Amino acid sequence: MAEYQNIFTQVQVRGPIYAGIPVQTGSWNRLGTVSFSYWLGKIGDAQLGPIYLGFTGVASLIFGFAAFEIIGLNMWASVNWDPVQFIRQLPWLALEPPPPSAGLCMICPLNEGGWWQIAGFFLTTSILLWWVRTYRRARALGMGTHVAWAFAAAIWLYLVLGFIRPLLMGSFGEAVPFGIFPHLDWTAAFSIRYGNLFYNPFHMLSIAFLYGSTLLFAMHGATILAVSRLGGDREIEQIVDRGTAAERAALFWRWTMGFNATVESIHRWAWWFAVLCPLCGGIGILLTGTVVDNWFLWGVKHGIAPSYPAVFPAVTDPSLLTGGHP
Amino acid sequence: MSFGTFGSRMVVAILTVIAVVIIVGTFQHPPVDVLQRGYRGTGMAEVYNPASLAALQTANQLPEETPKADASGQTAGQSFQNVQVLKDVDSTEFVRLMTDITAWVAPDQGCAYCHADGEALSSDKLYTKVVARRMLQMTMHINGDWKNHVADTGVTCYTCHRGQPVPANIWFKNGGPPTAAGSGGDRTDQNWPIAENGRTSLPFDPLTPFLEQSNDVRVVSTTALPEGDRHSIKQTEWTYSLMINMSEALGVNCTFCHSSRSFTDWEQSTPERAIAYYGIRMVRDVNNNFLDGLASQFPHDRLGPLGDGPKVDCATCHQGAYKPLFGASMLKDYPELAGNGAAAPGTPAK
Repeated sequence: MAEYQNIFTQVQVRGPIYAGIPVQTGSWNRLGTVSFSYWLGKIGDAQLGPIYLGFTGVASLIFGFAAFEIIGLNMWASVNWDPVQFIRQLPWLALEPPPPSAGLCMICPLNEGGWWQIAGFFLTTSILLWWVRTYRRARALGMGTHVAWAFAAAIWLYLVLGFIRPLLMGSFGEAVPFGIFPHLDWTAAFSIRYGNLFYNPFHMLSIAFLYGSTLLFAMHGATILAVSRLGGDREIEQIVDRGTAAERAALFWRWTMGFNATVESIHRWAWWFAVLCPLCGGIGILLTGTVVDNWFLWGVKHGIAPSYPAVFPAVTDPSLLTGGHP
Repeated sequence: MSFGTFGSRMVVAILTVIAVVIIVGTFQHPPVDVLQRGYRGTGMAEVYNPASLAALQTANQLPEETPKADASGQTAGQSFQNVQVLKDVDSTEFVRLMTDITAWVAPDQGCAYCHADGEALSSDKLYTKVVARRMLQMTMHINGDWKNHVADTGVTCYTCHRGQPVPANIWFKNGGPPTAAGSGGDRTDQNWPIAENGRTSLPFDPLTPFLEQSNDVRVVSTTALPEGDRHSIKQTEWTYSLMINMSEALGVNCTFCHSSRSFTDWEQSTPERAIAYYGIRMVRDVNNNFLDGLASQFPHDRLGPLGDGPKVDCATCHQGAYKPLFGASMLKDYPELAGNGAAAPGTPAK
């Protein structure tokens, strides 16, 4: 039974290649040769392909590639087309939004945020087209559209950060740069400017759902792996036809914490926790600077930021004493 | 599957080597000492690595001091010509100070670094002597007028110079690295990792706007709800970069001065924050009223890439220690450098 104690897939199923049900509408069809991969079989299905791109998939890739190129070429130009420095400094490089002084310029000069606007438009178009694709592929398979709506929650946060909130603030300079470290430093600066985002209740909720998601995923994954030797990995059947795997898993959680999810409900928990993370986060970002300007002071006002006993001697703002003169 | 066995072992071996190189090359080895300063639970603690702290302490030993001699009864102004700053100091003490300044600033070059060979000691032929005179005035100004930063510990030439004619930590205006001509690739004064911004992607010259110019460091809103504060996130990044620079210069965390609950709230800050507040103004004063005025005196190769003169920041004195020389005072042995609290002679009007 040792194979049930391994985190990698132990059973590689290799049936005849299956391309899927016939594509019903449109002139697009599935692309690519079909092959089997031993390594992919380690973590999932060994069959690779075929892929269905369709109109939205192809358009999304084109727009996404354009955004990727604009961002990458601007980064490369920022190191004077030096290939070595481009690689060395890549994590620090960025395509920055327009300066705050430009406000809501509709068409900014290219080198002062114009490229950022174009890249943002292309990237947003690409993401929205990909969303349509996830929706339509689910419909084509007769599935629910849960994946598309979960994806939409992430798109909401992305749009709030890069478009909706800057619009409300009247400045594209409030938006996030495209860059690896630059967007992280932006995040820290954002929290500092608005008086510590940890006191933002929607940020709290977002973190709770983020960490909650990892907790739920760990609990669920562990539970199913633990009962897979009893057939628990056939979760869908166990929803309507509880076998000993589902009974034992339920009993385990009732013994350890008095309550258990069901094989069906655990997936609703997981879906809502994941979706609520960016949904709440987006609300929290949207309120920052528009409705609340200093979250710590807001927290003090509403009794969620306690005061601690003084340890240091009282400190007074020197600008109130001498204005900085000697 | 033979590839699976051999291949996977090779992959694991290569990944292990890469991981070891990254871990050993990136991180300091444990242990680290944590010194709690604030109330429990607020995270106000300083983190030190004993090995690097020991090295820093070794690098911050005081130089040997020339013993004091009996006063001659004559002032330097009576004994020597063209003494402008220290003319009221006893000439024996004046010679002692000159000897020690040589050891502090130009131990290898000797007296001739400032006093031109073959010229009278009074000659101002070399720019180094003109600069040194201004630096003496600056030292006295700092000790006399900026006690809210340097207290009675004070500073001497050695605080910055440490045996080198040019202090190790000076700065020039930084126009940034070359970017491509044309309408793309603007760095917006940031996204270039250098020592000045603590190798972050924050603005790479936070010193010019805050330590030479007097731009507002404060960017955090003082009201819970929006009441017209238009400080932007980009402005915040400039302040953030200055703070990182100060943190690196002093070898301390943010929490040496601030409570991370609210960086802006003075009631939760440590007393060091007020001292640092005056430090920023002191450095700004020194750069504007002493160093910028000397830019025309320096030869071309002592100027920065944009043609400006050398300037000071926190690291110039602190050199990685929370107090320069870990708080040891050399000034008490050289009272003539103490200044009198009045503006030093030659100080331009503010």
